[in-house]
Amino acid sequence: MKIVLDARQGRIVEDAAEFARTVLAPRARENDENGVFPRDVLAQMVERGYLGATIPQALGGLGLDPVAYGLLVAAIEKGDCSASRLLTVHLALVAETILKCGSDSQIHRWIPRIARGETICAFGLTEPEFGSDAAGIQTAYTVHGDEYRINGRKRWITFSGISDLLLVMARHGDVVSAFLIERESEGVTTVPQKGLMAGRACHICEVVLNDVVVGKECMIGMAGQGFTYVANTALDYGRYSIAWSGVGLAEAAVDAMVSYARQRKQFGQSIGAFQLIRELIAEAVARVYAAKSLCWRAGEMRKAASPEAIIETAIAKHFSAGAVFRTACDAVQVHGGNGCSSEYPVERYMREAKVLEIIEGTAQIQQLVISQHGLRRFGYS
Amino acid sequence: MRDKIRAMVESNLNIFNANVEFSDDDNIFRRGFVDSLFAVQLIAYLEREFGIRVSNKDLDINNFHSVNKMVSFVERKRQAGDGDGVAGR
Repeated sequence: MKIVLDARQGRIVEDAAEFARTVLAPRARENDENGVFPRDVLAQMVERGYLGATIPQALGGLGLDPVAYGLLVAAIEKGDCSASRLLTVHLALVAETILKCGSDSQIHRWIPRIARGETICAFGLTEPEFGSDAAGIQTAYTVHGDEYRINGRKRWITFSGISDLLLVMARHGDVVSAFLIERESEGVTTVPQKGLMAGRACHICEVVLNDVVVGKECMIGMAGQGFTYVANTALDYGRYSIAWSGVGLAEAAVDAMVSYARQRKQFGQSIGAFQLIRELIAEAVARVYAAKSLCWRAGEMRKAASPEAIIETAIAKHFSAGAVFRTACDAVQVHGGNGCSSEYPVERYMREAKVLEIIEGTAQIQQLVISQHGLRRFGYS
Repeated sequence: MRDKIRAMVESNLNIFNANVEFSDDDNIFRRGFVDSLFAVQLIAYLEREFGIRVSNKDLDINNFHSVNKMVSFVERKRQAGDGDGVAGR
């Protein structure tokens, strides 16, 4: 299934696929075991411009359109999911949200640095007691003239451990607002989260905000728009990115499944010759095609700035996340006992795939959104 | 313009009672007629349908909470001339 891009974007995506295959993939297991995303790999991603992939060229980025960005994320995911998770939080959740919701001065202050990788971004919405019920967050801010004082605790904040800039949601009474907070600010502490099933190299931390003072220039959008507009905009970008991560990881799982089915011999022949193994392969291939098609469709609608792109993205994310988890589980099944060992990548794929059904909106939250759409759009009048 | 905006709102109601009624002055957010994604979808719709650019300064719920508020907002933006000239927005 080939999606044709213009020559410039096509070259960038092809180069990314080669980078993923030769640089990212060989070290993905080591990163997972060490719980570290290597600085030298990050530097190579910066050098290639990936940390500015969707940022306009006029502001120092690669200026990829949504479809090209999706293909880039999928290619990077095939190498190391940690690297593509960085793109999701840094670019989709923060940079694109600043571009969409930020002021001119916020854009010109931060976006070129973000594109150059001088500023690494993380997104702070989830809290210990508030995940899907994001509008209920308890991190609070008070107003003191032209300044805000922020107190609270964020959890599961991907790449916050090596970040420079946090986009954080906080409330003042009934009002939720969004703030850009430099991690070096006084009162900001990041505490690494241990014992994680997946995302072990993603520097996931709790972020403690203790009397953090920021100026009015740090608020994104207007007071009260933090959840309704800023967080929902960010999560829409994030869902799109994660949907394509599902495609990339599913493709990686199919590659591993098929390679193993070809070379593994039982009963005197390759296990790929057995019909029950072929069933797993057939279903996996069909799921990858379907997930990629939905992501592509969502991407084209995003290019056209269609309002329907939001629901199409939710559908693509929901399907893609389910498809990759099923596919990764089946890849483990085809590998048998070997699939349960870190000598093979499929056990890692399975762990990482599960996470895609949770982050940027759980499968159940996506079902609420999609069913709402279905109840409005279908049925006899 | 008013009919188009009203039709867009009606097609995105999360109330499925065919008899539900709301006026052009009703606050659709306060009455719980739309879900949390609606605001993002609405901005995309207004920008594309009416060729305006919604800037961060416009992100005030008072511009969007009723059909009449949306109509006034679009008219103001059109009169002021569109766009803020920032690349990538």
